[in-house]
Amino acid sequence: MNILVCMKQILDPEVPARDFRVDALHKEAERGSANLVTNIFCENALETALQFRERAGDVKITVLSFGAPSAEDSLRKALAMKADAAALVINEGNPHPDPLTVAQVLAAAAKRLGSFDLILVGRESGDWGAGQTGGLLAEELGWPCLSFVDSIESAGGKVRVKRQTESGFEIVEAEPPVVLTITNDEHNVPRIPKVRDVMMAHRQPLTTFNTADLGVDVSSRYYEVAQLSIPQKESHCEFVPGDTLDQKVDALARRLLEVTAAL
Amino acid sequence: MSNDVVIVVFSSDRAAEGLAGAGERLASAMGGRVFEIAIDPAEYQIEECLTALTETCRELNPRAILLSNDTYSQEIAPRLAHRLGGSAVGDGVAITAELRVTRQVYGGKAQAVIQLKRTPAVVWLRARSFAPASGGQAPSPVRTGGAPVLHAQTRIVERRRETQGEARLEDARVIVSGGRGIGGPEGFSGELQPLARLLGAQMAASRAACDAGWVPLTWQVGQTGKKVAPDLYLAIGITGASQHMAGISEAKQIAAINIDRDAPIFKHCRFGIVEDYRKVVPLLRQKLSAIQR
Ligand SMILES: Cc1cc2nc3c(=O)[nH]c(=O)nc-3n(C[C@H](O)[C@H](O)[C@H](O)COP(=O)(O)OP(=O)(O)OC[C@H]3O[C@@H](n4cnc5c(N)ncnc54)[C@H](O)[C@@H]3O)c2cc1C
Ligand SMILES: Nc1ncnc2c1ncn2[C@@H]1O[C@H](COP(=O)(O)O)[C@@H](O)[C@H]1O
Repeated sequence: MNILVCMKQILDPEVPARDFRVDALHKEAERGSANLVTNIFCENALETALQFRERAGDVKITVLSFGAPSAEDSLRKALAMKADAAALVINEGNPHPDPLTVAQVLAAAAKRLGSFDLILVGRESGDWGAGQTGGLLAEELGWPCLSFVDSIESAGGKVRVKRQTESGFEIVEAEPPVVLTITNDEHNVPRIPKVRDVMMAHRQPLTTFNTADLGVDVSSRYYEVAQLSIPQKESHCEFVPGDTLDQKVDALARRLLEVTAAL
Repeated sequence: MSNDVVIVVFSSDRAAEGLAGAGERLASAMGGRVFEIAIDPAEYQIEECLTALTETCRELNPRAILLSNDTYSQEIAPRLAHRLGGSAVGDGVAITAELRVTRQVYGGKAQAVIQLKRTPAVVWLRARSFAPASGGQAPSPVRTGGAPVLHAQTRIVERRRETQGEARLEDARVIVSGGRGIGGPEGFSGELQPLARLLGAQMAASRAACDAGWVPLTWQVGQTGKKVAPDLYLAIGITGASQHMAGISEAKQIAAINIDRDAPIFKHCRFGIVEDYRKVVPLLRQKLSAIQR
């Protein structure tokens, strides 16, 4: 079975709000001193694929990214986590591709790379959080798509996936090829690669394309960002008064009851 | 293309009311009508639903299609937009007649206005944050029949509920929520749950606590968890990362128990206490029972 995992490199989403600035003119976040990291849900997706390979055996995992040349780091990390092959589509045309453009680029690259049974993407990216790439990619390929999956099992020629809903979970059976969008759970927390594997990953081949090779128009025709700003919203916290723990907790109890009694 | 709005409703709760309200106001701003397509979530199968919705929406030819931010809506929206030649955007908190949608980005640290370039605009909204319809003209119900998909490659074979009774977290008025600072499942069951009972509250958690497997995933609040709007949200052992706060931006009051005075959560709190929850919560429970008696 061939699995493709799409990985996006983003500005570290854990940058605290106090250090976060936007460039309102170019409608993008300022890099500042923040690191570039792999979107967490893409790592959850790779981890899900790796565990599937460990159970199902004959599985090849390819990772694919569309982005700046620095996205190579995300792919090398994926190789160190033990993906089998990696490919990068360098984006030299559009710093803010919309989700349809991204899906078209990924679909074209997937077709170039071979024939896949499963394509895994994250449920959403930690920067713009569009949550659309999986569905649009499926439509571009004419495949079905299942969202919010957290584990995959093989079941004959099919796959059985578990996916999360607001009220619990569902088991869905799918006949490949299918696109899955992956979400987090306690079992797909990404593994930490071994130092030796990190070193080896640097010597592994990396296939690269540019968008012209793939024949995809990267201008945004789906949507564009009209405004980007940081909302100002801070409230003043009143720390409950008291000299001793007992006094403070007493004040806290009264505050809580004031609020809940009014309901 | 008409100026009409279609709302797609998967359940009958506050989200449905919010959708009806958003639909009514958008249609009136654009000078169109509102149609409502109701889908029974118990019958939902992805490919069938998508095919039926595509056909019905092609006939109605609306300028905008509004959905809520539940699992099924989010799963359907981008694909529906693609099939109709439109554009989708999600998690909207406002939408204008010019098809500009406001949403949070960068994990809730920034806010963007997105201009959709193709129609129909397919938008999933934080529907619970929208005021209900004024009660003027009720939306016209439309049935989706559509041709069944002959060979669907996917099939939902089992549905499991993992909720706290029948009440939805999204509708809770008081929420007690725990994070990594709780330290393990025992803290949730032994300390936080009894406290929640005393306050008539439902339980929730941060992603860190859910990922650790301490509590069910359905408890996760935040950017990629539930969006809640209680009157009181009591955060215990939670830092207040922007992605967590993205789920409680509609809470009326936030209070926190945290050992770290500089935890970002306090920047969003009405009141709080800087102490170890292990000392605070047992004492708090005693005091609450005493005062209530
Ligand atoms: C794309 C993306 C999406 C995300 N989506 C979500 C989401 O939906 N929901 C979400 O919650 N997170 C989400 N996150 C994760 C988020 O960034 C944080 O990592 C997470 O919220 C941290 O959880 P926490 O506050 O419980 O843990 P920590 O950050 O570890 O904080 C623990 C807190 O507990 C306090 N503490 C420790 N011991 C005690 C004690 N004994 N008594 C009292 N206080 C104590 C500490 O001072 C600290 O403030 C997302 C991240 C990304 C990148
Ligand atoms: N530029 C990209 N390169 C590779 N994968 C991507 C890219 N953009 C989005 N994806 C995939 O799509 C998922 C959802 O992203 P989004 O639709 O942007 O929220 C991500 O987790 C990735 O798996």
